[in-house]
Formats: sequence, C-alpha cells, structure tokens
Amino acid sequence: MAWLILCVILAPGLVDAQVTARVKESALENGLKILLLEEHKAPVVTVHVWYRVGARNEQPGTTGLSHLLEHMMFKGTSKLGPGQFSRVIRRNGGRDNAFTSEDYTGYFETFASDRVELALELEADRMRGLLLDAKEAEAEKHVVMEERRLRTEDEPISALREVMGAAAFQVHPYRQPVIGWMSDIEKLAREDLVRHYNTYYVPNNAVLIVVGDFKSDELLPKIRHHFGAIPRAADPPAVRAIEPEQRGERRLVLKKEAELPFVFMGYHVPNLKHPDNFALEMLAYILSGGKSARIYKSLVYEKQLALFAGGGYDRESIDPNLFPFYASVMPGKTAEEVEQALTAEIERVKNEPVPDRELQKAKNQIEAGFLFGQDSVFNLARQLAEYEIVAGWRAWEAYLPGIRAVTAADLQRVARAYLTPDHRTVAVLIPEKMKK
Amino acid sequence: MRRVMTSARRRYRWALSFSLSLLLLQPVLVAAAPLAERQVLENGLTLLVRSSRALPIVTIKVTVQGGSLWEQEGRAGLANLTALLLTRGTATRTAAQIDESVDFIGASLSSSAGRDLSEVDLTVLRKDLPKGLELVVDTLLHPAFEQGEIARKVQELRAALRKRQEDPGEVAQEVFDDLVFGSHPYGRPLEGRETTIAAITRDEIVGFYRDHYTPERAFITVVGDVDRSEITGQIRALLGSWPKGKATVKRATEPALLQEKIVVKKVDRSVTQANIVLGHQGIRRDNPDFYALTVMNYILGGGGFSSRLVERIREQKGWAYDVSSQFSPGLERGSFQVVLQTKNETAGPAVQEVVRELRRIREQGVTDQELADAKSYLTGSFPLRLDTNAKLAGLISSVEYYKLGLDYADRYRTLIDGVSKEDILRVARTYLRPEGYVLVVVADQAKAALSE
Repeated sequence: MAWLILCVILAPGLVDAQVTARVKESALENGLKILLLEEHKAPVVTVHVWYRVGARNEQPGTTGLSHLLEHMMFKGTSKLGPGQFSRVIRRNGGRDNAFTSEDYTGYFETFASDRVELALELEADRMRGLLLDAKEAEAEKHVVMEERRLRTEDEPISALREVMGAAAFQVHPYRQPVIGWMSDIEKLAREDLVRHYNTYYVPNNAVLIVVGDFKSDELLPKIRHHFGAIPRAADPPAVRAIEPEQRGERRLVLKKEAELPFVFMGYHVPNLKHPDNFALEMLAYILSGGKSARIYKSLVYEKQLALFAGGGYDRESIDPNLFPFYASVMPGKTAEEVEQALTAEIERVKNEPVPDRELQKAKNQIEAGFLFGQDSVFNLARQLAEYEIVAGWRAWEAYLPGIRAVTAADLQRVARAYLTPDHRTVAVLIPEKMKK
Repeated sequence: MRRVMTSARRRYRWALSFSLSLLLLQPVLVAAAPLAERQVLENGLTLLVRSSRALPIVTIKVTVQGGSLWEQEGRAGLANLTALLLTRGTATRTAAQIDESVDFIGASLSSSAGRDLSEVDLTVLRKDLPKGLELVVDTLLHPAFEQGEIARKVQELRAALRKRQEDPGEVAQEVFDDLVFGSHPYGRPLEGRETTIAAITRDEIVGFYRDHYTPERAFITVVGDVDRSEITGQIRALLGSWPKGKATVKRATEPALLQEKIVVKKVDRSVTQANIVLGHQGIRRDNPDFYALTVMNYILGGGGFSSRLVERIREQKGWAYDVSSQFSPGLERGSFQVVLQTKNETAGPAVQEVVRELRRIREQGVTDQELADAKSYLTGSFPLRLDTNAKLAGLISSVEYYKLGLDYADRYRTLIDGVSKEDILRVARTYLRPEGYVLVVVADQAKAALSE
C-alpha cells in the first residue's frame, strides 16, 4: 500500500481517476461476491448487499413482488422483531434504506466506521432468516399501495413513463413497472414472497460491497464469519425473454388531470455490453448534458417551447433498454411542436458532425462527473454494485477509456442506427381539466 | 396494537443474540477541530476555508444575506428572480456563453434564493478552479439583468407555478403556508405568485441586487482541494475591491401569531390520495430550545422508522408510505408541520391519529429508551453530515449564517446529550398545539368525507 499513498501525493488526479484499480474482489465458497474499496477521507463506512433480482425477474400477475419483498426485509427475522432493523441501525448513528429496480434489489447501511460489523451481522441474518409473516405482509401491501398512489397514480409524469415502458416493450419484462401494477400488488400472497425469497436471496445471487474507512484485511475475516455459514443454493433461473426488434413507431396518449402536456419518446438502444454504448452515452451529453446542451438550449432557452426538457440513456441495464427523451410543454405551445423540436435535434446530430469543441465539452463533463461522483462513499458503493450486477464491475474500468475514444463520426453513426422513428414509442400526456 | 406479545418476544430474542456486539460499540467521537478557518477581508467579506485534499475537486458556496424576508408583498419572488438572473448574463458574457463555459470545464454553477438567504454554488475540478472562480465572481459582481432574460425567466417561473398545481403535495403545502403565516414572506412560495412576478421591474431587480449583494452581507465557503493561503489570495485579488454597500435594508420581522383555534381547509382534486399537512408556527433558529425540540421531534415524527408517527400510521395501520413531522426554524419563526399522504378513505382517521400523538407526547412525554435512542442517533450520525464536500459546505454555511460557532460539531453533541425527559415534556407543551393548528387536506373530498 505504501507506493499507492506516495502516488496519491504525487499525482492525485491520475490515481483518483483510476478508483477502480483499488477495488479488491473476492468471493466466499458459498458464492457470495465481495467488493471492497477503502476510502479514508472521512470516518464513515457504507455496507451494501445487493441481490440480482428485480422487476426483470417477475411474471405477469405477480409484478411488484421484488419490491414488496424489499419492504418485507425490514419486517422481522427469527432473531430480530419487525421494524427493529432500522431502529438498531439508527441507535448506532446509522442510516439505512433499500431500493428496487428492474435489475436489482439493494440494501445499505451507512455509519461511523467502527459500526461496520453490525451491518454485516444484520445483513447476514436477513439474507436467509426472514420470517415473512403473513399478517405483516398483508399490512405492508397496503403501505406499498399507498406508495404507488403517491409515486404513480397521482403523478402524471410517472404515470406517462409507465405506460410508455409498457408499450415500448412487448415481450421483455422491462414492460412491467418496478412497483407493480395496482391489481397485482393487491393480490400478492405470502407464498409468492416465500418462493421469491428462497429463489433469489441466496449468497450465490448476492454481492456485498463495503466502501469507506476500514482495513480490508481486517474486514474480510469478519465477513467470512458472518456470511460463511450460509449455504450455497441452486442458481436462480435465467431470464430468457428477448425483445424483438421494433419495426414501426408506436404512439399512445394518456389522459389525466394536469396543467401542462408532457411528451416522452423512448428509443430502443443497446446497453453497456455493446461497443456503441460509449457513443450513445456521449450523445446523451451532447443533447442533454447541462444548459449548453442542445435540447435545453434550443427547446427551453431559445424557443421557449418547453419548461424543461432533456434525454437520458439507460446504459447500465442487464438487457438492452431505452434512450428516453422528454419535455414539459410550455403554456400556449403544443405537444406536436415540442415533439418536432426534439426530433429536429436528433436529426441534426445525424446530419451534421458535432464540432470538436462540443465533443471535447461532453468528454470534459464526463471526466469531471466521474471524479465528483467519488466524493461520496455511498455513491461509490452504488456504482460498483450497479456495474457488478448489470455487467460485472470491471465494466466500470472501461468507461472513461471508451468515452475518450468516441469520435464525431461515431455519434453520427449511432444516431442514425438507433434513434430512428421506427424504433421509438411516443407517449403524450393530454391534460384533463383540474377541479378548482 | 397488533401482536404485542409476538413482537415483544422477538425483541427479547434479539437482545440475547445481538447484545454482545452492541455492548462492544463505543460512542462515536467527532473531530475536535473547527469546521473551517475563518477570515474577514478588508471590505467586510468573510471567507471560510476547509481544506480537504482527498480528491482534486473544489466546492464554493457564496451566501448572501437576502431572501424573501426582504421582499415587499406586492413584489413576492423578487429575491428568487434576482438570484436566478445572476447566471443569465453579465456585462461581458451572455447567458449562453456562461452555460457553455461552465459545461466545458465539467463544472456546475447555480444560484438560488431561500427565505433567509441567497446562494451561488460552484463545483469544479481543482485544475479548473481559476476559470470557475472567474465565472462565479463575474456573475456576482457584474450581472447584466438584461430585459430579454428577465422576460424569459418570468415566463418560465409562471409556467412552473402552474405546473406545480399538478402536484397535490405542493398544493397542500402552499395552502398551509398561506394559512399559517398570512401575508408574512414565510407564507408564500419563494417564486412569488403569477401576478407579483409579472409586476417586478428591472429597476427593482437591480435595486435588490445593489442592496443585498455586497461584501459585508456575503460570505464565501470553500471546501476541497485548496491551500488556504493560496485560495485566500485568489479571492482577495478577485473580490478585494468589491465596494461596500450603502443602503440599510429592512426585512419582515416576526409573523403574526395564529389564533388558538383549529382551521381546516379542504381542496377538492381528482386524486387517489389525500395529501395532508397539519401544523402551526414553530421557532426561530436562535431559540435555545432548538436542541430539545430536535430530540422531541425525532421521537415524534422526525426519526423515520424510529418515530412514533411512522410506527403508528405506517407500521401499525398501513395507512401511509410516508409520514413525518418537522420544524423549519429560520431567522423568524418557521413552521411546525406533520405531512402525510393516505388514500382518500383513511384521511379522517389518519388525522385523528396524528392529533392523538401530539397530545400523547405533550401529556406523557417520552420514555428513557426513546430518549437514549434519539440521542445516540443524533450525535452518532453527525459524521454523516460531514462526509462530502457539498455537505460540509452546506453545514459550514449555515453555521456561519445562523451564528452557531465553528466548534458546532463538538457543541452539538453536548447540547443534544444535555436534553432531559423534563426538557422534552416542557418543549412539547410549549411548542405543540393540538388545540390550535391549521389542517389542509387536498383530496377527492367526496371519498374523503365518507370516512369522517
């Protein structure tokens, strides 16, 4: 380690850009993967356990199962009563929470570095020790239904995003909302939870990530102590669905009480496993990376067609996903005008090479963002975990070199290949009058 | 009330199995060093620097004494508009040029106003610090307030205010603030109202800028990969000649007290959930009871899954995903409020539970265990408030603005640890008013009424 410290003093920028070089990877015999990253700048540590399961692994009729199970992970094990998990963490000055996505379910605890073992103890306990009490599950379903009302039912933009996803994907489970359809949540049963838990919450389907102020050689034996005795289980079934190529634009409208129309356009694109991912990522910055980026500058600033607008590339995704563009329509303007203006910016990338300075600007933003993202141990752990789940964490190492190699010609090529009307789903929110 | 026996037994088993590791843990020690080094330049500009060299990045926050508290009611939104326009063009740079320069170095630059203060924030790579400083200083010293940019921003803000009506939570908050604070600036959105923003003239913006953006009303917080004397020299070179202000400015003082009665306001919307805000006026940030209230509120509804409101309304009843309470102290008395969302049908019972919890903590106080747990979280989690440059800059800035002292990290522990059960009972009785609150319910009223 001595040489590393010396390097930090001599050339901080260089070494810190290669944060991935300091990641230590190992695995237990039961298949639990372990990624450790020491960061000693603040006396805090974050412990993450992520499972390779999310909406992607769900079936029609039982959507929302992974998310409900995430809630149930706080509702008691044979050792720890319902609701006690968070209380114990907080009593120790910690913060904990969890999140579910299409591809994963993640749990974390962040606290002062001397508490690290408590998190290991608790996470190991709930990996296989969950009670899944039927009454608790029934009560928690109601909490999740309230969550769905809050996040989707009464939120026009989320509701629009949901129906766009359901139209863009016809075969692949990415068509399903992570929180689940309301009628599915309502009917989820304890047996569904037990089956899901036993299938996916096994050490060989999990990743443990610790980032922060600790010593790896002291921590590893503790990890082994807490997780080592959990038996390996059968590997969960693979997701086989593959979304067929879209051949023709899909359009839909959603009518909901709202003030302003909203437009989503989602294009099918490859994910980070495809060599074109770097050019698509750059395209996201050219079009939507800040106020000088093309969409903001044109739609929001110059033409004042949109209150806000942009686009983002769903790059970190196990299976190919979408490149969604969006815009909130200004009063007095129409969804058609806004859609045309968004499309015009996409067409411009296809027809004119991006100037050198603009290309360099996007690269500078990405490089800087990479460093800013390292300021928080939580964020470092989140990124490591996400890369690990979607493509193996070493895919993170390839990010900056891949970005640096992108040329203006690459941008034109990928825009022409993927951002075509035949590959997109356009969803428009049509406001219905609000009660006053 | 559910399965008390079962959960008690589980707790007991837990205590046996995990007691060893819990006993081994010692209290977390917070570093005794001051949060930052403070220096006042000749023109009255205060500089706070905290060097943190782990990453080659720098965060700069300029805090200005000037927020909506200094606005006239008919010009509500003036502070916000002034702050937003700083980055929309200077004497020598157009808005588009500023945006491009910021993006080209991968930095972020933003400006905003709050109730009590305005801020300009920069995050930049160490290697681009000179360029970043140049941009911050230009927006701070030479904003153009060009007429076209004003019109553009006003139009944007009016659209944003309209769009906000789509969000039932925002609607509830807006109605609540209005009823609790009346015509006081704390009673209206920072953005102002559609009519007041439209009435603001360029002269008024220039006037607000001239009165508030002066060295003795501002301070600069720098956190990150900097050498203290070097950054001080750079800032002195750029801002040392910033002339002192001339005007004395007046601000709104305390809001009129609410009458001791219950005010209910219902707003009818086609929503699946009732959005509920219940509360009243709270305290100023300089109130010495702040710390006892912090502990009390943690137990009542500020402490997430450790709080009584979450335990009762989410965990036991399954009525809400999110329920919490908070005090928002400022230069003047901010609000105390409980916020929750529940399906229309359970709106009535949920409000009853909230009021019951307010009464209970006033009448019975808290238990020893609750008090100990709250203290150990509040003091033990302090390091998490210092673990990124942005968090540090935010904390240092409020410590300076609200005069909390640069030894705040250490004093905070002492102040929290000093809170007793008697203090909690006293502050609950003084500052919670279950007989005199404002209740706002944005809901599908036909469905919400069925349950009352």
